[in-house]
Amino acid sequence: MHFKKELDYVHLSKYFYIFSISLTVIGIVFLAIFNLNYSVDFKAGSNVDVSLTKTLTQEQIDGAIKGIKSGHEPSLTIGSQRVNIRYDEVLTSAEDEALKAAITKLDDKASFEINTVDTEMAKELARNAIYAVLMSCIGIIIYVSIRFEWRFAIAAIVALVHDAFMVVAVFSIFRLEVDLTFIIAVLTIIGYSINDTIVIFDRIRENLRFGKQKTYDDLKTLVNKSVSQTIMRSLYTALTVFIAAFFLMILGGESIRMFSLAMVVGLLFGAYSSIFIASPLWLLLKKNQKSKVKSKPAKAQ
Amino acid sequence: MKRLLSFIITVLVLTAVMAVSTPGLLDKVRLGLDLKGGFEILYQATPSEQGQQLTRASLLQTAAALEKRANVLGTSEPEVTTEGTDRIRLKIAGVTNEAEVREKMKDPAVLTFRSAAEGDPEGTYSKIELVGSDFVENAATVGRDNLNQIEISIKVKDKDKFAEITKRLLGKKLAIYLDDTKLSDPEVRAVLTEGTASISGNYTISAARELADTINLGALPLKLTEKYSQSVGATLGKQSLDDTIRAGLIASVLILIFMIGMYRIPGLVASFALILHTWLLILVFVLADFTLTLPGIAAFILGIGMAVDANIITNERIHEEMRSGKSIMSSVKAGSKSSFRTVIDSNVTTIIVAAVMFAFGTGSVKGFALVLIVEILLSIATNLYFARWMLNQLVKAGKLSKPKQFGVKESEINAL
Repeated sequence: MHFKKELDYVHLSKYFYIFSISLTVIGIVFLAIFNLNYSVDFKAGSNVDVSLTKTLTQEQIDGAIKGIKSGHEPSLTIGSQRVNIRYDEVLTSAEDEALKAAITKLDDKASFEINTVDTEMAKELARNAIYAVLMSCIGIIIYVSIRFEWRFAIAAIVALVHDAFMVVAVFSIFRLEVDLTFIIAVLTIIGYSINDTIVIFDRIRENLRFGKQKTYDDLKTLVNKSVSQTIMRSLYTALTVFIAAFFLMILGGESIRMFSLAMVVGLLFGAYSSIFIASPLWLLLKKNQKSKVKSKPAKAQ
Repeated sequence: MKRLLSFIITVLVLTAVMAVSTPGLLDKVRLGLDLKGGFEILYQATPSEQGQQLTRASLLQTAAALEKRANVLGTSEPEVTTEGTDRIRLKIAGVTNEAEVREKMKDPAVLTFRSAAEGDPEGTYSKIELVGSDFVENAATVGRDNLNQIEISIKVKDKDKFAEITKRLLGKKLAIYLDDTKLSDPEVRAVLTEGTASISGNYTISAARELADTINLGALPLKLTEKYSQSVGATLGKQSLDDTIRAGLIASVLILIFMIGMYRIPGLVASFALILHTWLLILVFVLADFTLTLPGIAAFILGIGMAVDANIITNERIHEEMRSGKSIMSSVKAGSKSSFRTVIDSNVTTIIVAAVMFAFGTGSVKGFALVLIVEILLSIATNLYFARWMLNQLVKAGKLSKPKQFGVKESEINAL
């Protein structure tokens, strides 16, 4: 399959800019009002995941966990054969033993996963996560600036920050739990979604070498041509990673479900942003340069 | 003919090697606690007495003591590592009495011999005469005294010091404390010059053994507080492993079908390179003795999706060249050449991020980043260089001469 007709991606991007900006605004509003639904990884406490061999009722579980940590009500999420119990306070080892014993009484084949994070540690994890995101962005800016030019670097960074932020926004809007694996997913998206962008930029750079682009329209045609030349590749590679992330999400282990979900969301935005955000943005930056160059025709680049 | 032969031999040999070695390799992959069950605790160490310094040596000593304790408690393969300047990470797999192990691990168990200082109320002792490190390691034994009472004997490192103490305290009491619990306060009846002391009292044999074990475990040089802990039940771990591997297999098969459907013969070559890539990744894991965790498997599977990128870029480029009317030979050449730079550029950015993750991450984040880095490097070797070499062999052998074999329709080709 291949597209014979070239679409005017630059023109279309106007609508997509509006879409992305609106989504960003909604995301910021949600983040400001509701923040993110942090797991124990970032706000300290204990998280208990129980895998059961039979279905227990809310009453049974309430009865079992009553008085395990006096004065502190955990939040319960009960699925079929699966229960999540979350305490905002750290469970001591004696307490989690008592909890295990109480649930084992109801189902002797129950299996547990307990995560406990101390407040200080949680803050440190969150701080490291933010550093990691910033450092990655700086690294990419430097690399892209060296290999291409700063305009490509700016456009690429805007696109990848957009992708990362969209994932954060989606998680905030749908109140999905943000744990350590979420940060891994966001970082992976930052590293991966730029691949698509780079492929298109490589093609733009290559096409720039053929003939001179004198006017804005020349450049616009060049961007449209470059995007349409690479679009099947962009879609296919997004598809293959999507297949991997999607199956991890629906079939993979419970503790990486949020990770896989974040990856799926990020991949979709990643493919979209390299086509409709990054390339038109580069054109916008380049256009301003062109107008300056016109006054000094001696230097074309 | 020679080229075709080398192609066929390469495929056959590699297939045979992979088929024979894979089951053995899979068995050797070290699984993380989240996949086989167990618990992991991150401790923060602080000096046990105020004013003391936390040194690298004391941290290492504490880690060694923890490992010894874990071994005494009969756990399998305890893993104790230090992190940063004041942290110790402990991993123990397959423990049934987790709470007990956790309690014992962190227990400072400071053994002291004390005498009464002035102003101490009756029966309490505050002047420390001997501390845990004054005793010979692993010397506490359980036996019976002349009256057939159970006693625990301990050896002191410095005979003279002990003689001096017993001489000074003759007729007075020398109490034995474990942390702040008084175990007994026998009267010093003689000056002890042999460097051995015994604790006797109304102990049952098992209580005495436990006490001797505790004394033998020794004092931890540093005080430990739990900062982070994760415990995973063995069944849950196994279930995560099975679920995730099944997800990975389904995804991989679909990706392979996609590649072959889309790019035909080159797709088949790409699929072979992808399988080789996965096999090499497992090999690296075994050789480097990496621990595979759940996020690691996720990276593994996502990496398969990402690794085909190189092949998709190359093959799309070849299609493009063919459609513009170039011959097969020059299309493959031009396609490989111009896609090379793109593939490298896009992989380098991913490596940058993975390196940052590795530098800033702890535990599972590090594991994930490591898998990603190894995977990208292997992918460049297999999906870029190896796949291209294979394709070239086929083209040069004249076995790939029709655009259809590449998945390009004749009607799509423009006349030159």
